[in-house]
Amino acid sequence: MRVLWGFLSGLVFGLGLVISGMANPAKVLNFLDLAGTWDPSLAFVMGGATLTAFVGYRLVWRRKAPVLDRTFDIPKNRTIDTSLLTGAALFGMGWGIGGFCPGPAFTALPLLAPGTLVFLPAMLAGLWLGARVKAGGYPQGKGAAS
Amino acid sequence: MEIGSETAFTPWASLFGGVLIGLSAVMVMALFGRIAGIAGIAQGALGLPGAAKDRDWRWAFLVGLVLAPLAVMALGGTVAQTVPDNLPGMALAGLLVGTGTAIGSGCTSGHGVCGLARLSGRSLAAVATFMAAGFATVFVLRHILGGA
Repeated sequence: MRVLWGFLSGLVFGLGLVISGMANPAKVLNFLDLAGTWDPSLAFVMGGATLTAFVGYRLVWRRKAPVLDRTFDIPKNRTIDTSLLTGAALFGMGWGIGGFCPGPAFTALPLLAPGTLVFLPAMLAGLWLGARVKAGGYPQGKGAAS
Repeated sequence: MEIGSETAFTPWASLFGGVLIGLSAVMVMALFGRIAGIAGIAQGALGLPGAAKDRDWRWAFLVGLVLAPLAVMALGGTVAQTVPDNLPGMALAGLLVGTGTAIGSGCTSGHGVCGLARLSGRSLAAVATFMAAGFATVFVLRHILGGA
């Protein structure tokens, strides 16, 4: 059941990425190009997704526990620290260069564009590197990506 | 279509697609009690240091994510996509996105959709930072260094 529902959740997420245009780097880069060929569509993606999750989460949290697991595991860390902001800044730079964030990079895979085939393994290597850096303490964070 | 040329403004398709993404985030919370952040799901699936241990549904989620465009095409739809073809640039971009989301504990879905829906101030700070960095990077690449 967990595998089936995990698959369906991923499929719905991927369909959302494809239908919304978020899986198309040209559209993402144009959203980020305020001074040029600006395409505001992605604001509607974020708006629709966040509002749906806002309402849905509150309905779900009326339950004592999730359907297929024991507890709700919700991040408790509230600190806005250097690693959060450094990581977000690095991510934003990469997003602005490639037009992919993690979800669309996976969804784009079967279309086999050369840019995707280079981006995705590099992203997985980066996830590994970042996880290592984080596990070893924050101060090396900046050096890791340079 | 080339990178840097106009793309059509698609408010309704984007809103509908966004609702599906939100619905998926709600499914993941209702079923597994987890945040549907793709960077985190991938880290968990790969068993990276510090990642969650429940790998079963995470692998299945990624398979669904990858099969989505094939499902659209099987149903007769088209998947429009233009990916930058500067391969060294894409390698750097991928490395930055992976490292940054790992160090910053989240991406567009984890901090963006899920974090904002939880009204997390930490996620709002992350979203403001990566949006600003994204806007600034595109501005520099397209309007200062030239190209488009």
